[in-house]
Amino acid sequence: MSSQSGVVASRRGSGKHTSMFLRMMLRAAVLRRGRAASALLAMAVAAAAATAMLNLYVDVQAKLSREFRNYGANVIVAAKDGKALPAETLAKVESTLGNRALAVPFAYVVARTASGQPVVVAGTDFAQARKLDTWWSVSGWPSAPQQALLGDRVAAAMNPEGKSFDLTFQGHTIHLAPAGTVQTGAAEDSRIYLSLADFEAWTGVQPSTIEIAVSGSSGEVRESIGRLAAALPAAVEVHPVRQIMEGEARVLGKTRTTLLASAVLIIATAALCVLATLIGWVYDRRRDFAIMKALGASERLLNGFFAAEAGVLGLAGAVVGFAVGVGIAVWIGRANFHAPVAPRFSILPIIVAGSVAVALLSAVLPISLLRRVEPATILRGE
Amino acid sequence: MFTRLVYESFRRQARRKLLAGAAVTLGVAVATAMIAVATGIGDKISRELRSYGANILVTPQEDSLDLEIGGVNLKPPSDGAYLNEADLPKIKGMFWRNNIVGFAPMLPVNAEAAGQTNVAILGTYFAKHFALGKEEFVTGVRTTNPWWKVQGAWPDDESSDVLLGEELASQLSRTPGDEIDIASKPHRIAGILSTGGAEDREIVAPLALAQQILGRPGAVRRVYVSALTKPEDALARRDPRSLSGEIYDRWYCSPYPQSISFQLEEAIPHSHAEQIRQVAQNEGTVLTRIEGLMLLVTLAALCAAALAVSAAMATAIFERRAEVGLMKALGAGKVMVAAFFFAEAALLGVLGGIAGFFGGALLAREIGESIFGSQISIEPVLLPIVLALAVIVTFAGSAAAIRRAVLLDPVYALRSEA
Repeated sequence: MSSQSGVVASRRGSGKHTSMFLRMMLRAAVLRRGRAASALLAMAVAAAAATAMLNLYVDVQAKLSREFRNYGANVIVAAKDGKALPAETLAKVESTLGNRALAVPFAYVVARTASGQPVVVAGTDFAQARKLDTWWSVSGWPSAPQQALLGDRVAAAMNPEGKSFDLTFQGHTIHLAPAGTVQTGAAEDSRIYLSLADFEAWTGVQPSTIEIAVSGSSGEVRESIGRLAAALPAAVEVHPVRQIMEGEARVLGKTRTTLLASAVLIIATAALCVLATLIGWVYDRRRDFAIMKALGASERLLNGFFAAEAGVLGLAGAVVGFAVGVGIAVWIGRANFHAPVAPRFSILPIIVAGSVAVALLSAVLPISLLRRVEPATILRGE
Repeated sequence: MFTRLVYESFRRQARRKLLAGAAVTLGVAVATAMIAVATGIGDKISRELRSYGANILVTPQEDSLDLEIGGVNLKPPSDGAYLNEADLPKIKGMFWRNNIVGFAPMLPVNAEAAGQTNVAILGTYFAKHFALGKEEFVTGVRTTNPWWKVQGAWPDDESSDVLLGEELASQLSRTPGDEIDIASKPHRIAGILSTGGAEDREIVAPLALAQQILGRPGAVRRVYVSALTKPEDALARRDPRSLSGEIYDRWYCSPYPQSISFQLEEAIPHSHAEQIRQVAQNEGTVLTRIEGLMLLVTLAALCAAALAVSAAMATAIFERRAEVGLMKALGAGKVMVAAFFFAEAALLGVLGGIAGFFGGALLAREIGESIFGSQISIEPVLLPIVLALAVIVTFAGSAAAIRRAVLLDPVYALRSEA
């Protein structure tokens, strides 16, 4: 304590009248550093909790949207009546949506096997389809020309030994080697997939469908659909996959609401505890208050002093809490989504304003109670 | 004497105790509510994820290959095998029956309608009632395909009314309430159906009507089953035939998509059940992520609540230095004073903990009601754990303040100069 008073004494000479105010605040913080530290800690905890929750709330949409894109295409571009799409459609789709979307073309025909059995044969871009349809359980992706991916049921029904086989479409025959099987539990199990190059060379049929996974919120997806519809000719239909869009909107909405409810609960608890702590702190200093009043400090100066103190405390708590809260949000993002939650500096003003407001409130309440009391009564310890 | 001290302290300083007690109660309430939400969210989100539609498909075992492009079935209706409609109620008799949210049988047929040949007609259940003992079970596409929207009314399953796909309706310029000739018999159009899929160009009819057109009563082509499942793990992927006794039982009694499919095959003769991987696989990932998120948030909430309660407790004790001084001046030892404060803290922890637990349970119920439309309940088993946590936190929060209060010289304390 003596070294502290030395510092203050050396400052005394240079101090002007206004520095008295600063000195009072500094001394209040230094002399009662235990109480000041616990008040600051409470403030920082509340601010950190608020920052982490708000950051998560803002970011969870983007994080979960990415998980939901694993459900595959949410937009489908198809020619009317199952005809082929105009040749430049895929390029137009990709240039319209840029890197926010993954577009995969599909072409279909019904071909016949050597024994005359009809089977659906599809041509696609394997590298893209692999990224779009992550749920496909594939034993081996084709890597060379003339290789085919056989649906699970096709393989079981007509090619259990995995030998190479022939397919015929409108008199043209293609000889294919199976690279692996695909299992999805849906229509894909009854199809044979070829690379688009092999498929077009064999059948001469162009893609009839483009499946697109557009990332972003449902509003952004709807806007993308609008842009696509405007960019593509009228003979082409662009429609959302309602099953995917509605399911996603519903689950995402409920998750965000739950998170918001949790955030409100946590922030309210933290704020109320800060209020309780700070009220205790200010109330505890009623003797300081009384002495200042007895020495002739004006009402305005007293209010200003406690308000400034609360403001500084709120500000300091908010800044420390923001840093810690961002750290917590980043950690949660890493641990759960394997990608950090980006710090949102737009939240900082809200946190600062909230913290200062809570701090001011907790200073104003006890002071308005004390104002009516005579200083003599407080100093006598009653 | 000791008990009287504690009792009098609570009686005479009720206001101060109330403040500290409120902090403990609030902290415990939030902690309890968050624990309840974190443990209940998996179940709730699992139900919400059912809005993606069926996750298991049941087909006849000896079926020919499907010829389906873009949701349009090109397979001749005479081709392939059928399931028996009479076997379907058995689905609600199997081990995991309570996890079956709904199922919808499908029977696609082609018929001449309104002068057009080869119009696709899909026979299904809309909201069919089954009596299972005393309980009643309602199932059909309204449960399994919640994204199907109808303008007008849904037809009754026992009637011969139909739904007309949106595109077909505008092509034939029909509105709800009109009549349409199907296989030269007039049928009332109950509503116009919009699905965003191939059904927009089809007629969707009660199952019995489709069976009548096909001339095969009781025939069903496939059954879509919507089941609540558990995310797949290493055990789920193993082949049940290779598992031995105890592990097999564990596999059979876990609601994996695989084990529910297996039981569906057992329940429906000559059937093959398979998870629809697009829905089933992703459900697991999304569920794991959301559960993980809520778990971590709960952890953060617990820490924040603990720190907040600690701060409030420390303040409460700090305010009472004068009391400590008086006790010490009257000859109380350090141990005695510390024991007195710890006893108070424990009492506050228990009382606040009990109040907080019930408050939190109520809070969790409200959250469940307002967000998911169903209650989130908390296990009463958690009460002792929550109480223990509350006491530990109030102890830990008080410890430093108690230590300082006890070490303080009574003279300073009494002159309030600390």
